[in-house]
Order: sequence, then C-alpha cells, then structure tokens
Amino acid sequence: MKRPLLEVKNLKLHFPIDKGLLEKEQKYVKAIDGVNFSIYENETFGLVGESGCGKSTTGKAIMKLIDPTDGEVIFRGKDISKYSRKEMRNVYKNIQLIFQDPFASLNPRKSVGKIIEEPLIVNSNLDSKARKQRVHELLELVGLHAYHSTRYPHEFSGGQRQRVGIARALALNPKIIIADEAVSALDVSIQSQVLNLLRKLQRELGLTYLFISHDLSVVKHISDKIGVMYLGKIIEQGTKDSVYAKPLHPYTQALLSASPTISSENRQERIVLKGDMPSPANPPTGCAFHPRCFAAKPECKMVQPELRDVGDGHFVACHLYNEQV
Amino acid sequence: METSTKEIQPFVIKSSKKPLWLKGWNRIKRQRAAMFGLAIVLFFIMVGILAPLITSYPFDGFYPERTLVPPSAEHWFGTDDQGRDIFSRIVYGARISLWIGFFSVIGSIIVGCLLGLIAGFYGKWADSVISRFFDIMLAFPSILLAIAIVAILGPSLFNALIAIAIINIPTYGRLIRSRVLSVKEEEYIMSARSTGMSDIRILFQHILPNSITPIIVQGTLGIATAILEAAALGFLGLGAQPGEPEWGKMLADSRQFLTVAPWTLLFPGFAIMLTVVGFNMFGDGLRDALDPKMK
Repeated sequence: MKRPLLEVKNLKLHFPIDKGLLEKEQKYVKAIDGVNFSIYENETFGLVGESGCGKSTTGKAIMKLIDPTDGEVIFRGKDISKYSRKEMRNVYKNIQLIFQDPFASLNPRKSVGKIIEEPLIVNSNLDSKARKQRVHELLELVGLHAYHSTRYPHEFSGGQRQRVGIARALALNPKIIIADEAVSALDVSIQSQVLNLLRKLQRELGLTYLFISHDLSVVKHISDKIGVMYLGKIIEQGTKDSVYAKPLHPYTQALLSASPTISSENRQERIVLKGDMPSPANPPTGCAFHPRCFAAKPECKMVQPELRDVGDGHFVACHLYNEQV
Repeated sequence: METSTKEIQPFVIKSSKKPLWLKGWNRIKRQRAAMFGLAIVLFFIMVGILAPLITSYPFDGFYPERTLVPPSAEHWFGTDDQGRDIFSRIVYGARISLWIGFFSVIGSIIVGCLLGLIAGFYGKWADSVISRFFDIMLAFPSILLAIAIVAILGPSLFNALIAIAIINIPTYGRLIRSRVLSVKEEEYIMSARSTGMSDIRILFQHILPNSITPIIVQGTLGIATAILEAAALGFLGLGAQPGEPEWGKMLADSRQFLTVAPWTLLFPGFAIMLTVVGFNMFGDGLRDALDPKMK
C-alpha cells in the first residue's frame, strides 16, 4: 500500500477559556479533539461538517497558522507539528492554503502581480525577471491574463479574485493545497467554474487537495474520500461513493437528507435534527451527538464511541454499528 | 457540469492604470474646503522658500530710528519696538513654523508608528509596556510636558521641536496600534503568514500600508497643532531665542505694545491662525477623501 502524503494523527487544538475568579478548573474549548486522517498523493480529501465543527481550524492547525495543542501532522514521513517557524518555511513550499473569502484574503493595497509574486520573493531564489515570467504563467494557468497583473484586487469580481488566490497558492509549486471553503463565498455558477479549475489543475499538476467545505454537493463533486466532522471529531470517514451511497452515522444521514437532490426517486425522507450543535466548551458526555440523535441508545450517553472500521475503508464512530464488527 | 475553464473569459474592466494615491488625489480635488486649505499651505511654503525675494528688509535689521511704525507702503505690516520690519519677520517666520511643524510630526510618526506596530502586532507584555507608557505620557497636560522637556534640554528652537515631537508620540502610537489590532486579524495577513514570510516583512509590507491612512490624516492635522505648540513655547521664551523671527516669540515680545501698536501682534497672530486653518482644512479634506475605505 502507498504511503500517505499527509497524515494527521490525533490532532488536538484546545483553546483555554478565561476562568472565573472562583472556578478552580481551567476549561478549554476543544475546537479539534483528536482528528485522524490520511491523504494520498493526487487524491482529494473532503472534510465536511456544519459551521463551528472545527474543519477550518483543522486546516489552519495543519499549516501551523494556529499551533495545535497535541498530535502529529506527518508530511512525507516527517512530523511537522513541532517545527519552528523557520523550518515551516520549507513546508510552506509544499503545502499552501486557499482562503475562504476572496474579498478578505488579498491585500487591497497590492497589485495582483505583487500578491502572486510575494511567495516567490520570500521562498524562492528567482530573480525579478523570472518572477514576473512566473506570475504571468500562473495568471494564464488560472484563466486570467498577464495584463491583469497590474490591477488591484478591488477591480476584480469574486470569482476572479479566487483565481488570484489560487494562483498565489500555486506559485511555489506545492504538493498539497488546503482549500478552506474555497468556493463558499462565490455564487453557484462561479462555484462550478472554480471547482472545474481546481480539478483541471489537479490533473495537470498532480496536486493533492484537502478540501474543506460545509457544502455536501460541492464536496461530492470534487472529493475522492470524505471525512465528516462533528464537534471537533471525525465521526465518519470513507470513500466518496460509500459515504454518499451508504451513510452510516445518523448525523451523516441527516446531513445528506438535507442536501437537495434533483431526481425524485433518490429523494429520501428528510431527517430534521433538533437543537443546535452543543458548545465545544461544554460537550455532552458520551457521544457528542446523542442529544440530537434520533437513534440514541442509553449507552450513547455514557460511552464515547471510537472510530472503527466497518469494511471497505469505511469508518464510523457510532454505537449502532458495534455489533456488526 | 464539465466546462472548460478556457471558455470563461474574464470580463475586461476598462481599468485605469492609475496608482492608488492618484485616485485619492482625484477625490481630494473634489473637496473645495480641502483644496482651499491646500492652497493656503502651499502659499506659506512658497512664501518660506521665496523669502529673500519678496522681502526688502532683513528680518533682523535693527533700525532704532523707525520703531513701532504703523503699516505703510514702505513697511507693509509696520515695524516692531526695535524697528524691525514685521512683514520680513513673518515671511522668514514661515520657514521656522513649517519646519517645526513638518519635522516634529515626522519624528512623532516614526517613533509612534514603530512603538504602535510592536504593541499591536506582538501584544502581550510588549503591548502592556508600550500602552502604559502612552497612558503615562497622556496623563500630563501636553504643553506642561513640553515645557519640562525643553527645561531639561535647554531652551532653543531645535529643542522645542524635539519636545513637540516627543509629546505627540502617544497620539500616533495609539492610533496605529488600534489599526494594527484590526488589520492583523485580516485574512490577507494569515495568507501572508502561510507563505512563510518574516514578521518584519508582514509588518512593513502588509500591516503598515493598510494602517497608515489615518496617520496621514492625523499627521496633517498634527502639523497645525505642532505649529501652535511651537508658538506657545516661543511665547513662553522656551523655543525661539531673541532675534529669531518665530511667530509665537513675536507675539510675546510685542504684547506690551498691544494698545499703542496693535499691528505688532495682529500680523503674527494672523499668520499663525491662517497656517493652522490651512492645515486643518486640508487634513479634514484628506480624512473625508481617504477614510471611507480607499478604493
């Protein structure tokens, strides 16, 4: 079996909450609480979940933009989670991030050419002429034109800005791109253009994606494997086909039933979840999902289910499937 | 579903290739008050540069036979108690006031910006130390602090400039600190980090250019305040020394002649007022032109 390109092992990120005067115990918001997954070369791993479940934070913790509390991030056999900022510079040549909001992630005072050139200035030894050349290449690669390089971000539409963001991420020829809600801020017709661009780039440049999104149909379109996150944990993981065809975890079932389908045959009865996601500062005992679960059993309140293999590389963390193993 | 990205032609905006500052200038041009203020400022700058050409008397020419002459064709603004031509003194005084205004503000901005950037960017104890330092400085009435500094350094025009620069540091420092606090949370700063950029580069290439606008506005208004403070120090005898044609000093020297020769006070006072009004109007216009998210 191939070795994974990026492996995340038991990644944890806990934010301490200011404790009150009388409280003895230091409390934590467990934004990420033991996440495991592996991404293989040339593959797209989709990370889905509702807002606040820790999926974006996972992306940032891998990049060490926020320092993880615990766990390992193994890139090409080396644990990068304890790297210093200097050591990370080499990692940044190989892992790059596309940001969610194309309006906020580009410096409004710099021309697009400068924005794309910057990673090259910082992290490569190309001279100014070679950098300009590369910027023009990159602009053409993402479907813009070389003459766009003198323009400022506000002169572009949302989709074009996201292309600029993609060009910047590609500047250093990375192996992995973490796309953090890369299309969520765009409207649907632009979304498909950008998704197709990402797929085209994956084919041409042999990229590996970690695709973070709350949008199930977007993830389905682009991913090979899928991990479903809930309250800082991955609760179900498997290939795209197995997760979409046979969702096991009640939460995944509810999520999938909520996403709109076109054909009436496939339409399932919609499962409406009650309540909101519990606070990660004060998670429920046992399975974090049990207060909203329609199939909760008494033991769900007591014991936290482990992520276990139910065959075909399909993993689920739910007590309902204990007997089958 | 599968569309080739080649087909999608990004629509071409007939974009002006103008740099950002030119767009700001276009917006200021539309503000009548700002342009009026700028005209006054430029007028005084020209007066200062061309001083030797437009005056017919030296600013320190001493004519005991012509003391306290009222304004006339020969002495446009009259003469003072030592027979010196007030018009010449005001024209040369423009050099001193503008010089003090510009350089004290530039000094305060450089030091204030550095401290503010460090406080805002690094936070924690650096922020506590620097912010408390600002608080302490702001706790003193500024003119009192300036007097104290000049008293330590010794009265002279240059020391007055230093004192004015020092007392204004917290104004700029706080302003930039608050801007840095909001700018550093922007996503483009996170994206700059994700390319492995050094803190210095992030600070000076990304945070500073996005935080500087209010500083430019405040600095323009600050020149007016600095000129007033220099005049006040001159008035108290702590800035300009006898002989130097500083407007505040001229006021102080002439105040005993208020009833017999009002022109000795009127014209220097008017010069101070006009410069301050000019900078204030220009600064206000700049604020209107630059503050609503420069695009």
